[in-house]
Amino acid sequence: MERTTIDLWVGIFVALGVAALLGLAMKVGNLTTSDIGETYTVTANFENIGGLKSRAPVKSAGVVVGRVGGIKFDPASFEAVVSLNIDRRYQFPHDTFANIYTAGLLGEQYIALEPGGDETNLKNGDKIAQTQDAVVLEKMISQFLYNKASETKEAAPAPTKSKAAESTETGDDALGSNPLDKLTAPAK
Amino acid sequence: MTRVSLLVRLVLVLRKIGHRFVDRLWRLGAGARLFWLTLVSSGESFKRPWLVIREVYFTGVLSLIIILVSAFFVGMVLGLQGYNTLQRYGSSEAIGVLVALALVRELGPVVTALLFAGRAGTAITAEIGLMKATEQLSAMEMMAVSPVARVIAPRFWAGVISMPILAVLFSMVGILGGYMVAVPLIGVDAGAFWSQMQANVDWRDDIVNGVIKSVVFGVACTIIALFEGYDAPPTAEGVSRATTRTVVTSSLAVLGLDFVLTSFMITV
Amino acid sequence: MIQNIVEIDNLSFGYKGRLLHKGINMVFPRGKVVAIMGGSGSGKTTLLRLVGGQIKPNKGEVRVDGKVVHQQDREGIYELRRKMGMLFQHGALFTDLSVYENVAFPMREHTELPESMIRDLVLMKLHAVGLRGAHKLMPAELSGGMARRVALARAIALDPEIIMYDEPFAGLDPISMGVICDLIRTLNDALGATSIIVSHDVKETFLIADYVYFVADGVVAAEGTPKDLEISSLPFVHQFVHGEKDGPVPFHYAAGDYKQDLMEMDP
Repeated sequence: MERTTIDLWVGIFVALGVAALLGLAMKVGNLTTSDIGETYTVTANFENIGGLKSRAPVKSAGVVVGRVGGIKFDPASFEAVVSLNIDRRYQFPHDTFANIYTAGLLGEQYIALEPGGDETNLKNGDKIAQTQDAVVLEKMISQFLYNKASETKEAAPAPTKSKAAESTETGDDALGSNPLDKLTAPAK
Repeated sequence: MTRVSLLVRLVLVLRKIGHRFVDRLWRLGAGARLFWLTLVSSGESFKRPWLVIREVYFTGVLSLIIILVSAFFVGMVLGLQGYNTLQRYGSSEAIGVLVALALVRELGPVVTALLFAGRAGTAITAEIGLMKATEQLSAMEMMAVSPVARVIAPRFWAGVISMPILAVLFSMVGILGGYMVAVPLIGVDAGAFWSQMQANVDWRDDIVNGVIKSVVFGVACTIIALFEGYDAPPTAEGVSRATTRTVVTSSLAVLGLDFVLTSFMITV
Repeated sequence: MIQNIVEIDNLSFGYKGRLLHKGINMVFPRGKVVAIMGGSGSGKTTLLRLVGGQIKPNKGEVRVDGKVVHQQDREGIYELRRKMGMLFQHGALFTDLSVYENVAFPMREHTELPESMIRDLVLMKLHAVGLRGAHKLMPAELSGGMARRVALARAIALDPEIIMYDEPFAGLDPISMGVICDLIRTLNDALGATSIIVSHDVKETFLIADYVYFVADGVVAAEGTPKDLEISSLPFVHQFVHGEKDGPVPFHYAAGDYKQDLMEMDP
């Protein structure tokens, strides 16, 4: 079979395509980071996982050590059961603490593992006992407001007081409409 | 008198609409039959891969320039527009994510398919139409060689191979275009640009789905171009009309299929 | 061995109810050059397509080598077509292949011959039509007459038993016409093939044909050797052979009264 320039061009074309796909996989996508070799699985129960998704990273000291394998709802305890696939190279003590954190204010949510001091390590199928739920922004704001409102009530009975009190009593609903206006109002 | 003529006119209009509808259905069926015949007689193409390689050159390699240049500009525009919007929310680092997701999920496959229909699709239709008009296909049949196996199938597979390659290149070059605008021009941090992108672009959900889309578009665009050429009346006017129809039909098919595929991919 | 390699038996064919052929009978004996003549639109080319099995007759049958063409399945028709070579009106060369590759095409498709043998065969065929020197050219670089000779070389590439010519003389200059005319006869005799010529060029056709069928109004209007037909007294044949303007085939398309047409205000 004789070789022609067309063959060469088609060869270049296909090579470019494969290179671009590899480029997308390595540079653009997270194929490399998700590739964490052999894993073992532990579970953790949370009352509220917020916006945590399957395949979200599991970090310890800021380093990715695994991925969230799956999220289920346990109808008996009314809790979320999250399974974590953790790299075999990393071992954690039995009393490790699992938190759900958010990367930045609006970033994705991930699970952070804080190792305890136990001598035995977590094994495949174990359950992490100590967990901390995802921080729900609305809850935090209402808590903050409540504190603020009670402060102002004690310090100086201003004309805005009654309004602020109202808003805290109505709780999440009122905050949902325009929380920032009401946050600033009592401070004046 | 006037009432009767009105009625006659109405009947004529209805008949025209009905005729067109039936014609479309007929063409759809004929197209499906050609698709089936092409699949059945593809064995020949795999036995003689150089037939396909030759066509990859004409449909793929020769479309490279238009695809790459368009991709670069689309990427730059995405970068500018994305920055303009994102900086209002103080998250201009997310520009990489925006550019990459827009390209990999939608613009890469769709714009590539539209450009492909205009560049390669029309060329295929005109070529097949002219081969028919000059009796080359008849001659082939008289030599006991099936034109579907020898002419249609290699072009079909070439289109199906070329489209995903072009789409992937489009996405990659578009991202580079977005990078050129975001990093050197606007001054977004290069590390943030890439790391945010990597954190949010998923291999399976975004990249592979984009490639699947482009394969489907490749099948649709190529078979439409081939059918229009094969079905064209063997005259200059017939071929030119068929070329126009290739662009119109392919574009509509791509946009419609995109919606269907996207809805599947997002729910699953 | 069947005496007549192609037989057309009581054949009727038409599109959408309008019959083009109404019971045609023809025989094509082995080794002969037989011409089918008739006016434009009389369905001559369609007859070739019926012989090649590209379309199916409404009634009657075409038998090639004793086999009824329209009863064959795809494989059977392809088997029959391998015995045929056809020269299309404008050559129908593959525009994306060179002259050499055009002639090699049927060999590459149907044989497993090594490249060196294909090369020899292609050059032999091209030599037979006098175009061995043009084997590197592309079809676009050929004149009309040359293109038709290349197409002829391609048609005889596999030494067919039947060679069909669709208007081989149409649109050629006198020299090319003479060349083609000569080639048809010599190739037929050299290959021992049977030639079917569809044409309306009386002079050239009568020069080389052994037997001629005249087709008019969907039936065989006359038949015979060129010599017989030359002196035929049948009005249609006389008009056709001598190229007279008016006769059984009228100059005017069927129309109403001329005077009345002119007088009427509203058409």
